[in-house]
Amino acid sequence: MTPFDDPDLGLCGNAAEPPNGRFGQQWHAQVLAMANGLIEAGKISADDWAQSLGAALQSGVEAGNPDTEESYYLAALVALETVTIRNSTITSQQVDARKTAWEQAYLSTPHGEPVQLKVMKD
Amino acid sequence: MSDSRKHSKIAELHQHLHAHLPPDPALRVKALEDLAVEKGLVARETLDTWVEMYAEKVGPKRGAEVIARAWTDPEYFTRLREDAGQAIKDFGYEGHATEHLIAVENTDEVHNLVVCTLCSCYPFALLGMSPAWYRSTAYRARAVREPRAVLSEFGVTIPADVKIRVWDSTAELRYLVIPQRPKGTESWSAEQLASLITRDSMIGTQRELVLEGGE
Repeated sequence: MTPFDDPDLGLCGNAAEPPNGRFGQQWHAQVLAMANGLIEAGKISADDWAQSLGAALQSGVEAGNPDTEESYYLAALVALETVTIRNSTITSQQVDARKTAWEQAYLSTPHGEPVQLKVMKD
Repeated sequence: MSDSRKHSKIAELHQHLHAHLPPDPALRVKALEDLAVEKGLVARETLDTWVEMYAEKVGPKRGAEVIARAWTDPEYFTRLREDAGQAIKDFGYEGHATEHLIAVENTDEVHNLVVCTLCSCYPFALLGMSPAWYRSTAYRARAVREPRAVLSEFGVTIPADVKIRVWDSTAELRYLVIPQRPKGTESWSAEQLASLITRDSMIGTQRELVLEGGE
């Protein structure tokens, strides 16, 4: 039996749904905003996005990930990274480096002060 | 104080003093967003506007306005059925994925249900953010295979003599269900009618609209 065959998995009673259909976390909204922005700017095609998201969701199912909002948005993030890197000069190394830079910035910023990147070069 | 206790105390203090570290995926999005903005792929303002609109403002009320107008204006109804992508421009509600929007009508004989089996394509511009269940693997996998069973989990029983049509959305093709106008609302204004129309009824996981408000 696969997760979607489970009769106890109530569709309308999904506890993970944020109230009023809003986003559970800010980064959830940012992922979809980026995808939408790239499509509207003509940098990626809507079909490329849909295919990549579909593939990432399917990989998640095959990996046994739970059928939750978190799994959905993690798949959306993987799809976003894939289409962005495929359709631009941005590399995965640049993304990793920038992520590490932000991590360092958060860890070295005292609580209450604005977090800023010290080095903006890639 | 032992060395290990001292180190753990320092670590605890460090945790408390530095700014709250966002979760890993949040940092990955942040990094990607930075680079995309810096390389001119997308404008920061576009992203901020989208988040603000879809996180807070756009709910299903745009779709409800369109349906209420169709119920009260036969000429608009015809235009909506013939070319919904064009008809919603009357309201300025078009988005990048609404060019080929199709409005499907519920009748006594037919009930329509919308899904995206591939991913989560949805008429955001009209209905706002999609509900979590719409994006779930369970709904995407089962809506086509066993729509009656899925609908029954939403508390919707479709009579055996009513045909269910399931519409599979794509990147370019989105669907909007026109629910049946409830009886007893003949004298209601479009504004009153719009207040009855729910998000789920425009996806098709609700069939009967509940008479509340209005007159």
